[in-house]
Amino acid sequence: MKRWLPFEWIVAIRFLLEGKLQSIFIIVGISIGVGVIVFMSAMLTGLQANFIKRVLTSQAHIQILPPDQLARPQRHGLHEIEDAIIQRPSQRLVSIDQWQKIRRQLEAMPEISVVAPTATGSALAKRGDASRAITLNGVEPETYFSVVRIPDFLIQGQARLLSDDILVGIELAKDLGATVGDKLNVTTSSGGGRILTIIGLLDFGNKGANSRSTFVSLRTAQSLLGMLGGVATIDLSVKDIYAAEDIAQNIQSSDDVIADSWIKTNAQFFTAIRAQNLTNMLIRVFVGLSVAFGIAAVLVVSVIQRSRDIGILRAMGTSRGQIMRLFLIQGGVLGFFGSLIGSALGGFALIYWHATARQADGSELFPLIVEYQLFGWTALLATFTGLLAAMAPALRAAKLDPVVAIRG
Amino acid sequence: MDNSILTLNKINKIYNPGEPSEVAVLHDIDMEMKKGEFVAIMGPSGSGKSTLLNIIGLLDRPTSGQLSIHGQDTSGLEDAELTHLRGHKIGFVFQYHYLISAFTALENVMMPMLADHGFQTEQAEQRATELIQKVGLSHVAHHRSNNMSGGQQQRVAIARGLAMNPDLLLADEPTGNLDTESTKSIFELMREVNRTSGTSILLITHNHNLGRQCDRIIQVVDGRIVS
Repeated sequence: MKRWLPFEWIVAIRFLLEGKLQSIFIIVGISIGVGVIVFMSAMLTGLQANFIKRVLTSQAHIQILPPDQLARPQRHGLHEIEDAIIQRPSQRLVSIDQWQKIRRQLEAMPEISVVAPTATGSALAKRGDASRAITLNGVEPETYFSVVRIPDFLIQGQARLLSDDILVGIELAKDLGATVGDKLNVTTSSGGGRILTIIGLLDFGNKGANSRSTFVSLRTAQSLLGMLGGVATIDLSVKDIYAAEDIAQNIQSSDDVIADSWIKTNAQFFTAIRAQNLTNMLIRVFVGLSVAFGIAAVLVVSVIQRSRDIGILRAMGTSRGQIMRLFLIQGGVLGFFGSLIGSALGGFALIYWHATARQADGSELFPLIVEYQLFGWTALLATFTGLLAAMAPALRAAKLDPVVAIRG
Repeated sequence: MDNSILTLNKINKIYNPGEPSEVAVLHDIDMEMKKGEFVAIMGPSGSGKSTLLNIIGLLDRPTSGQLSIHGQDTSGLEDAELTHLRGHKIGFVFQYHYLISAFTALENVMMPMLADHGFQTEQAEQRATELIQKVGLSHVAHHRSNNMSGGQQQRVAIARGLAMNPDLLLADEPTGNLDTESTKSIFELMREVNRTSGTSILLITHNHNLGRQCDRIIQVVDGRIVS
């Protein structure tokens, strides 16, 4: 007999050990439930992290734009208003007003990690007889490369942006028959023109982006686009990506700019993630419920099987409280061990699936994110579920009339 | 009064009172038991012997009447107090399903001591070992109870009944389904316990031979004491 355990624990564990088959079956049942929860949660977390990473490595968390240009009706006098039909003006490329001041403000905000001003506009790239319309992104590599990880997309050359360097998408390079080291003649509608050297090729995994995107240094873009000293957008990285929308609204309300968060610009994607999380939660709840009812069912049967033992225990001076704890402990122990085995099961399934399931290109389908808290919480929750499930059987056992119990 | 371990005063027991299935099992039972007495309760089946024993053992409550143990009136006590009193003053030996099968003989004897929290495990084990020795079962102390003969099980049950050194040992036909040889040795064991440790014993039995060897016999017929 184990010396370090209190009476109720000794009896509870003996009862569980004696009804071996019952205990094993219910522990297997709990393990499967817990395994499913652990596997699904970890996989979903991984998949989502992967999706979000993919979305967010090619775009900023928040993009600051100048306010839309609006036409204002002319008024003759103070109180005279004309019913003018106002046509929306075409949006010229303009700089964000006082962007250096806004930049300093943004850099001072603790929730923002990177502030990267860019000068973006359309241009024409020519090489020999071929010409292509391109999007010219003027960026400061030291800041912008932390917002959009351009070096990650580089497949040839180097990610460097001196004043005559240009990084181009591979599709564009193919169309122009150019490669690293070749020169492009880039002209813009504002009359700017310059010869730039291809320093690297980029593959964004998207044909549209690959055939249009180019990156040059901020100053080069400013001069080409005719917006000397100005920037068209400020791209931001934030520390908590899920807070991006709140931060964006904050910025928008304090400065005369437009702030678009990734949550707003990828509304559909974000809705999908929310739906996934909800489904995940529902599955957890219902698996948890079925585990709880399983434990309760086994313990109810056990109370009936053990009614004579309960009667004898009561006759020899065991209190109602002790009988009750005896069954609560059984529920808790079942839940705890079930969760341990289940966590291991879920963990193995995760590792196995991670090793075998691959994407078309052979890269991993989802990153293996093992959150130790997940295991801890699962164990805690399963133990608690066991205790809760044991409540009804334990009460029933405690209420047993010893005379009836002994008579059987 | 000092000398009496048990006093019953006009004990009635009615099952399902007020319902069509109402059954009166015990009628105005008056009874007294002195310290160190060895009393047999005899009577035909269904006469209310076991109900009487359960009431005396505080497992059941009388419908009316007064039950005192050691001069302490039990009628106003809470369930928890009754449990405590039962654990400390009274030991039980039943006819069937004697022991808890998940435990060894020694552990079964330790149970009442551990349940009470009053004993350290070492103390309990020491006392249980002594009791097991006293009932002559040292050689099977570590056997599971379902691997023992009926006589052996009943000896363990007696050892367990004595674990808390109770004033009163209640035995409900402990020899009811034992062979003659075991019956004899179990009875001798109880007699010896009664003599050496002064434990009062109340024994329900159908066996006249055993009844005659007790200090006195209480005859119960139809819920009344007839002699």
